[in-house]
Amino acid sequence: MTPASLYALVGVGLIVLGLYALSVHAHLLRKLLAFNVTGSGVFLVLVGLARRTPAAAADPVPQAMVLTGIVVAVAATALAVVLMLRVQATCGRAALNDDLGTLEPLQPPPTPPAGGPAASAGSAEGAPPALTGTTAHAP
Amino acid sequence: MIPNLASPGWAVALIFIPLLGAMLAFLLPRIGVTLGLLAAVLTAGSVLPLLPMLAAHGATNIRIGGWGAPLGIELSIDGLTMAMLAMTALVGIAVSAYATCYLRPVPSRPDGQPDLQQRHFWPLWLVLWAALNALFLSSDIFNLYVTLELLGLAAVALTALSGGADALNGAMRYLLVSLLGSLGYLLGVALLYHAYGTLDLGLLALRVGDETVTRAALGAMTAGLLVKTALFPLHFWLPPAHASASAPVSALLSALVVKASFYLLLRLWLTLFGDLDSGLATLLGVLGAIAILWGSIQALRQARLKLLIAYSTVAQIGYLFLAFPLAATGGAVVWGAAVYLVLSHALAKAAMFLTAGSLLRFGAHDRIADLDRVVHRLPITIGAFTLAGVSIMGLPPSGGFIGKWLLLQAAFSQGRWGLALVMLAGGLLAAAYVFKVIGYAFTPAVVPHQAGLVPPTMEWTALALGAGAILLGFAWPLLWPLLEIGMPFGALAPDPGAAVGPWLGGPRILAP
Amino acid sequence: MNGTFWLPMLVLGSSLLPGLLIFFLAEDRSGIRTLLNLAGAVAKLLAVLWMLWGVYNGVAYEARLPFLPGLDLVLRVGPLSLLFVVLSTGLWLLTTIYAIGYLERSPHRSRFFGFFSLCVTATVGVAMAGNLLTFVLFYELLTLATYPLVVHRGSEAARQAGQVYLAHTLFGGALLLAGTVWLYTLTGTLEFTPRGFVSHLGETHRGSLIAIFALTVVGVGVKAALVPLHSWLPRAMVAPAPVSALLHAVAVVKAGAFGVVRLLYDVFGAEFAASLGVTGPLAVVAGATILYGSLRALYQDDLKRRLAFSTVSQVAYITLGVAIAGPLATIGGLVHLVHQGVMKITLFFCAGNLAETLGIHKVSEMCGVGRRMPWTMAAFTVGAFGMIGLPPVAGFVTKWYLGIGALEAGQDWAVYVLAGSSLLNAAYFLPILHVAWFRPPPPAWPHEHDFGPRETAWALLLPPVVTAILSVAVGLFAAAPFSPLEWATLIAEREFYLP
Repeated sequence: MTPASLYALVGVGLIVLGLYALSVHAHLLRKLLAFNVTGSGVFLVLVGLARRTPAAAADPVPQAMVLTGIVVAVAATALAVVLMLRVQATCGRAALNDDLGTLEPLQPPPTPPAGGPAASAGSAEGAPPALTGTTAHAP
Repeated sequence: MIPNLASPGWAVALIFIPLLGAMLAFLLPRIGVTLGLLAAVLTAGSVLPLLPMLAAHGATNIRIGGWGAPLGIELSIDGLTMAMLAMTALVGIAVSAYATCYLRPVPSRPDGQPDLQQRHFWPLWLVLWAALNALFLSSDIFNLYVTLELLGLAAVALTALSGGADALNGAMRYLLVSLLGSLGYLLGVALLYHAYGTLDLGLLALRVGDETVTRAALGAMTAGLLVKTALFPLHFWLPPAHASASAPVSALLSALVVKASFYLLLRLWLTLFGDLDSGLATLLGVLGAIAILWGSIQALRQARLKLLIAYSTVAQIGYLFLAFPLAATGGAVVWGAAVYLVLSHALAKAAMFLTAGSLLRFGAHDRIADLDRVVHRLPITIGAFTLAGVSIMGLPPSGGFIGKWLLLQAAFSQGRWGLALVMLAGGLLAAAYVFKVIGYAFTPAVVPHQAGLVPPTMEWTALALGAGAILLGFAWPLLWPLLEIGMPFGALAPDPGAAVGPWLGGPRILAP
Repeated sequence: MNGTFWLPMLVLGSSLLPGLLIFFLAEDRSGIRTLLNLAGAVAKLLAVLWMLWGVYNGVAYEARLPFLPGLDLVLRVGPLSLLFVVLSTGLWLLTTIYAIGYLERSPHRSRFFGFFSLCVTATVGVAMAGNLLTFVLFYELLTLATYPLVVHRGSEAARQAGQVYLAHTLFGGALLLAGTVWLYTLTGTLEFTPRGFVSHLGETHRGSLIAIFALTVVGVGVKAALVPLHSWLPRAMVAPAPVSALLHAVAVVKAGAFGVVRLLYDVFGAEFAASLGVTGPLAVVAGATILYGSLRALYQDDLKRRLAFSTVSQVAYITLGVAIAGPLATIGGLVHLVHQGVMKITLFFCAGNLAETLGIHKVSEMCGVGRRMPWTMAAFTVGAFGMIGLPPVAGFVTKWYLGIGALEAGQDWAVYVLAGSSLLNAAYFLPILHVAWFRPPPPAWPHEHDFGPRETAWALLLPPVVTAILSVAVGLFAAAPFSPLEWATLIAEREFYLP
């Protein structure tokens, strides 16, 4: 076992660990961390496999790739954190809503009495109903 | 010398213009819409000069900055790439026109600023477009990873843009899934580079062999891309994300973004993995068949229009994967059929999501049973939905029919009755869910709703896309020779003398 | 690119283009809409008559468009195509006039006439299709174009009828598509050829060919309303009367029946199909349909439903004739394509007149209506006599040829079917006539419209009178040149006697 393949094997271990954590944890921050662990595992594999034979010098290209990958991962993590905060602000908890495919109706069905037409007219004016969610939270 | 108009520089422009437009639209939000629209027109326009270039010279590799493979990053363009670029441009320009109306704040804000959605839509969408074009043009597997990530991040941000709880939830799930898929792909890249020492697709194609490491890479990359393409059973993230995004974004996601990862998988399969006899093709075919049935039945069960359309995407993606087992003996035409389905589904599904947006604007809801005689009030929108639906069902004449006919033909001639049966059943189920919508468009709702105003642009762009899906049905004799440029699907005829074009001796290499 | 190319295209385009234009006309531009409709119909009729003369003199009309690898879209006009084209074009003109009168004050006419034109486009496309692929294309287009007409009224009942209609026809379409693709993978061609193009596959693919025959015949049989695939037809009666006329006499059921003819003669070939042993079962199904439709018609009080079950029965005559597969029976079947068309459209026009003028929808409401609307009921009577098979109305000619054709082919049972069906026809039509002519009228009609001195609007009255006269004329002058009978004889000769 060369050090390089050791790195690679540890990388694979990290990937498995990350995937496991990703699937068992509900909290989004944990999921995010799990993703980062998986990512690190992949990067480790990349670096570990850079030296193709024990004798040869390490290939710099995978290292450049890992650098790029880290930049991408940072950007992705930043986006994910922002999203997570928005999810928490909107839904009250930083976890995914689990009932897939059964999204709540965009709006409750309008009721026939007097208030009905006016209310639906108002929302028809605004852009698609999804927007009403944001405006409701705006101060 | 090549005349300037046919310069391969246009391929670079396809990436550069939308990126520049995105930056400008972000920095100058007051004129963001104008800038965005301008960039969209220019980007779409840049596709046109590539067509005569391709026709005249065949497949072309472009060395950015004069650096060639293995060290430099090459762009390459052949018939398949061209078709994808053109598809993106067509859908892109229509959705851009639609978005100017759909996202217009009503009433406009007093300070003259466009609202948040409008302001952020253009930069994100243009980044998405740049990522798509770059993905289609790249021939370097690591570069492809970068474009894939860029695409995913832009798509997630666009999904979250509409801001509701559903959209945020959908976007979050989409982000995690998308990142995971990219990592799978990256792992494959690492393995391939380790084994063959190059990232260039062309060079890899020459070196790749049937080894364990290749198979491992195949597995990792395919798994990653399947997640992103939402093939059953990895489709779970798609309906919430596509249904909760705002309509123009849904159209982009369903029509283009999903296709990008499929394209990548197809490209890898065609250049690297096609000769591996791994049984994976059969697996993909079976999953595709289940996706058709499962997606269609789910679509039929939905009470909301956007969810119905989203599940329809799940089903239609299934058709694309039927090509994998059929192409083994069916050859290039079967791949052609799959690409044809990609193109027609892009136009049709974009049209459907845009009509869903118009109906939302009109009635402030998208409950199918309460569509309330919209056929009288938005006839053009319902017409667009119907035209798109015809292509989705695979009825003639439409792009969907051509693809389905060719796949059926392959299935019958190879005696794969099961696949043929699934395709026919999928068509009938699609008809059931499409006409469920159209039927309710004729009947009055229990509670008649107050009608919102739908600008004509929104109606007509959807109709144009729907009509495009129908016209594709007549375009096979024109499009097939284009797709065949550079022979992305492998040689058709064993007799080399018969099919030799000027491009067959390997791609031409150019520096812009 | 010359006349032989452009004439078939003109026949298609003369309803396609007006149809597309009409979609975008404002609702109140009824003048332009009527002009477009009638100009299209007349132009189509002229082009068809020109082609009729040409085909009679041996000109071959063909238009080709590359479509799929190895497959073209083909429009080809031969005697068989013309039989159907002339029928649908002639009746379309009359139905258009009728529809203009019928829908005078109702909303959404632009949509209605747009799809109406598309529907006829699809029908002439079905008629002129030169290969099975083109046939499938127009066959599906017909399904799509008729759906909005069926649900035109926008009621919940209409929506459900539309769903039933689609469930049947699209299912049939899928089977037809499956059979077509399968056939193509075996033969490598789909061009319609007199006496078929599959017989060379002979024994090696016998099982496949039988399966393909079953798939395709069920596919077209749905539209031809063969039992047990007929149930969409009576339900589709929620549509306005001109649509019913179109569905029953001109377009949909006829396209199905025509499809059976095409499959038997130009795909499989009558002799080869008989050697496969598939014509016998088909004839039995057709016989059963004839009796079943007539029996069900007996018990319908709703006039349009009674007519609908009558259609189920009458259209099966065509299938029976071609499935018996002797020369004379073929003539009987083919000529019934035209005869049933003119007779049944007369009946539906009249039923529409009763509904529109007096609000009558049921047989039991028809007491004494003959005195209030003598012209309408006279036309109805002619149509009914034709259906029963009384000479000299057209229906008699059909039954005569079917009967002696069955005897000639040794299928004596078919004669009993015909006789039984004629008795049943009499049993459900004669009471209507009795009620209408010999019962005293009620003090007030259910829902009367005032059309001034005439019994109803001229646009409603003219078409049924013309078709009634036609029903008698094609029967009386059956031996004249260019009569449907002569034409059917020409086609049968080509199938059975020419080398």
